[in-house]
Order: sequence, then C-alpha cells, then structure tokens
Amino acid sequence: MMSPALQKSRAAKFAQRNLVNHIATALALAAMAFGLFWLFWILIETVRLGIGGLSLATLTEMTPPPNEEGGLANAIYGSALMVGLATLVGTPIGVMAGIYLAEFDKTGWISNVIRFVNDILLSAPSIVIGLFVYAIAVNPFKTFSAAAGVFALALIVIPVVIRTTENMLHLVPSGLREAAYALGAPKWKVILSITLKAARAGVITGVLLAVARIAGETAPLLFTALSNQFWTSTLDQPMASLPVTIFKFAMSPYENWQKLAWAGVFLITVAVLALNIAARVLTRNKN
Amino acid sequence: MLKTDTGPTSTKIAVKKLNFYYGKFHALKNINLEIPAGKVTAFIGPSGCGKSTLLRVFNRMFELYPEQRAEGQILLDGDDLLTSKEDVALLRAKVGMVFQKPTPFPMSIFDNIAFGVKLFEDLNATDMEERVEWALRKSALWGEVKDKLNQNGSSLSGGQQQRLCIARGIAIKPEVLLLDEPCSALDPISTAKVEELIVELKTDYTVVIVTHNMQQAARCSDYTAYMYLGDLIEFGATEQMFFKPTRKETEDYITGRFG
Repeated sequence: MMSPALQKSRAAKFAQRNLVNHIATALALAAMAFGLFWLFWILIETVRLGIGGLSLATLTEMTPPPNEEGGLANAIYGSALMVGLATLVGTPIGVMAGIYLAEFDKTGWISNVIRFVNDILLSAPSIVIGLFVYAIAVNPFKTFSAAAGVFALALIVIPVVIRTTENMLHLVPSGLREAAYALGAPKWKVILSITLKAARAGVITGVLLAVARIAGETAPLLFTALSNQFWTSTLDQPMASLPVTIFKFAMSPYENWQKLAWAGVFLITVAVLALNIAARVLTRNKN
Repeated sequence: MLKTDTGPTSTKIAVKKLNFYYGKFHALKNINLEIPAGKVTAFIGPSGCGKSTLLRVFNRMFELYPEQRAEGQILLDGDDLLTSKEDVALLRAKVGMVFQKPTPFPMSIFDNIAFGVKLFEDLNATDMEERVEWALRKSALWGEVKDKLNQNGSSLSGGQQQRLCIARGIAIKPEVLLLDEPCSALDPISTAKVEELIVELKTDYTVVIVTHNMQQAARCSDYTAYMYLGDLIEFGATEQMFFKPTRKETEDYITGRFG
C-alpha cells in the first residue's frame, strides 16, 4: 500500500508537471501561429496583387516602357536561362566535391579546410558574391553580361550542393559500401552504382533547394547580368531576370510597372513553392 | 544433431602467426589456424573476442579502414593473401562475404545479383538470366521471387533479403564464403532456411561462419574455433568441441557457465 504522504506528493508533482506541459504546449502553438500568420499574409498579398497583374500578356510580351502595356517574357526567359545554366554548372562541381568529402577524405585536414571554407561560402551574403563577380567578370570586360550572372548564381549553388551531397552520402550505411567492396567492386563503381544511387533522392533534393534559393536572388544579378528591356539570348549581353525586374519595377512610380512587379513576385513564389514541394515529395518517397 | 565428416580434408585457408591491430589495440594475438576445404567452420566466442575481425582479414575487408593493420600470414591455397600482388578485387571474387545485416543494393532483385557478376564476366542476356536463376535457386529464393525480379531488392522481407545477399555472393562463383553472423537479424523460420542453405553450400564452397549462437554452430558446422579476448583458445571438430573440449575455458563457455 502507498503511504498517504507519498500519494499526496505524487498528485502534487503530477499537477505541477501537467501545468508546465500545458504552458509549453501553448507557447509552442503561439510561436507556430506567429510564423504562419506572416507566411499566410505574404502569400495572400502575393496572390491578391499578383493575380491582378497576371494575364497572358505577362507571359508573352516584353517588359514595357513606363505607362505602356507589356509583360515579363524576357525576364522570365532570362531567369530560367541563368538559373538553369548556373544549376548545370554548379551541380556537377558540388556533387563531385561532396563525394570527395564523404568518400575519399572524411577526416583529413584538406577536407576540414574545404568544409570550413564551404560553410563560410554557404552563409556569405549574396551581395558579397555579386560584388566579387562584378570585380572579376564585369569590370575587366566593361560590360554587364548574363555569363557573369550565371557565374554568380553558380557560386551560390555550389556550397549548397556540396553540403547536401556530403550529408546524404554520410547517411548511407557503411554496411552497404562494405557489401559492394566484398563483391570485389572497385571504388568508383561502389560510389556511382551503390552509394550515390542510394543517396539519389537526397542529392536531387539538395539541388532543387539550391535552385529555389537562386531563383529569388537579386543582389548577385544586380551587379552582373543587370537587366535588359529586350529579349536576348547571347550570354555576353546584359539579360533581364525576374528578381531584378521586380526590384526595378516595384521601386518605380509607374502603376503598370508596379502591377507587373507583383505578377513577377507571384510567379517566383509559385515556382519556389513548387520546387520545395517537389523536394519534399522526393525525400518522402525514399523512406 | 551433430555431424562429423571424417574423410580426408585439405586445407583451404591457413592462418599463421596472425596479429591484428585497431590502431594501438591488439585485437588478434598470434592466431594459428587451418580451415579445411569443403567444410563449414564456425567461429564462436563472446562479443569482442575477435571472431568477426578474423573473418574480415580473410578478404582484406579491414583495408578499407586505414587505422587497421594485420601482421602474419594467411595462405589461401598456399599463397599469402596479405602480401599478394594480386588486386584485392580478384581476391574478393574468390572469397565472398555475407554480413550481419541484410544489405540489398538500391536496385532490382535481378540487378542485385547481376551487379557482382558483371564486374568479372561479360555474359550475354541469356547467360546472365541463367546465372541469376542459378544463384537464386542455390540460395532457395527462386520460388519466392521469380515473378518479381524487377522489384526493388529492399521490397523483400529481412530473411529474403539475407538470402538475396547470399545469392549475390555465390553468383560470382567464389571458392570461400564468409558469413558474419548471417542470422542474427532474422526470425527463427528464416534462420532455419539459411542454416539449411549453409549445410548445402559446403558441397561447393568452403564456408566460414561467425555466430553468437552455439546451437547454430553445433547444428551446421563441421569444425569449431573458440576465441576469447583475441586468443584462439581451441579449434577442433565440432562434435569433439561440444562433447569433449580439451580446454576448461571452452567447456565453461559452451556449457553456459561463462559468456
């Protein structure tokens, strides 16, 4: 039998724990509500104002002069082209560096230096990267260019992909590697056919998140690709992009430009949302 | 149910004065052992005694980890495999290994088996299909998977995955099969199937099995080695080891007074 004193003290302790539990739950819910409140406000405003400026012309016509009708076609094209090329350049470099860190030199001093530098690059303000590329790829050629924009965006992609690739490869159980080695497979074959394949969903997710990140970057493009009123396909010319166009149009006093800026914001938000959902779906399928 | 094969046996693997180190830790101490060809040899002993370590020297698996080091000789058919100039991949084609946890590769059941074969042989599609079927029949898995060879290997149950790993190991036609606690992650029914398989495998292969389970050693091995803290305490025919061990330590371990 439990003594009355123990019974009483248990009940008191339980009530106290219960209270702490309720307070903690309430605080957590409040924090979540605070975050969601702003997120949804942003989304609602984006949709409300963005849909207003959105029409077929937005997708098919060029950016207009002030107070004339037009669209965002050249900016959309420029963004897609530069983001696509930067991803194409940055992904192989990032994946290969990630493989080096995870498979070839896990604990060596070179790896530790690379990891440290990569972490700095990962958190470097994008305006620093923009200015850097301006100094080495714009200034010497005396012209802003899409190539410089691609360069700057690729520099942002690489550290993200390195980090996620390394982390995802670390998650592959070492037993899987050993099993492949035990069959007599050479190292490159083990990495390509077994480890990278096992980590595929995670690596692709990392690339998608990097794409989502650079799709909205403005600062690195402001100093490199700048902008262009017209449709250009050549990489040695300035090229329009959604973020820079939004920046320019939103700051202007012209109502049609402001409307197009909101349409651009809406497009970017939808694209980034879609990329994030795709990344989520990929990682979920893996488990 | 103990089996003793008394016929003449030749030595497949001879271990001579083997010492093994994890960094500074001396894990195997002067091991001398002759593993007979065409038999099942079991390594038993408490956790940390070095039985898995010894197994991982036979296919030079330890070399994946730079801080691990082996000294001494291991003669495979008379040639020292530790100092051999032959590529380690070719050694591993001769000495296959199955691990404690099933490790299906992230690919189809068919490709899981074809993966290793492709490393060493250029087979046409028909020959490859035959080889895959042969390996799956040999590991008693064919009936369960023949209609779903294109499914991912990880869709199988744990016991099936382990038999898939055994099939993958024998598909490249090794001479020796090393089994590192192959049943410790399996349920009793799957364990029984794998044990049956082990007994069948010895007609074609020299099998070395590490096990925590003494009944398993008694059931399916011809020879048993008892190890303790990096020393080989006793090695002999399984029946003798279980009924008339010469060393007191062996008797204590086997009768459950210790370990």
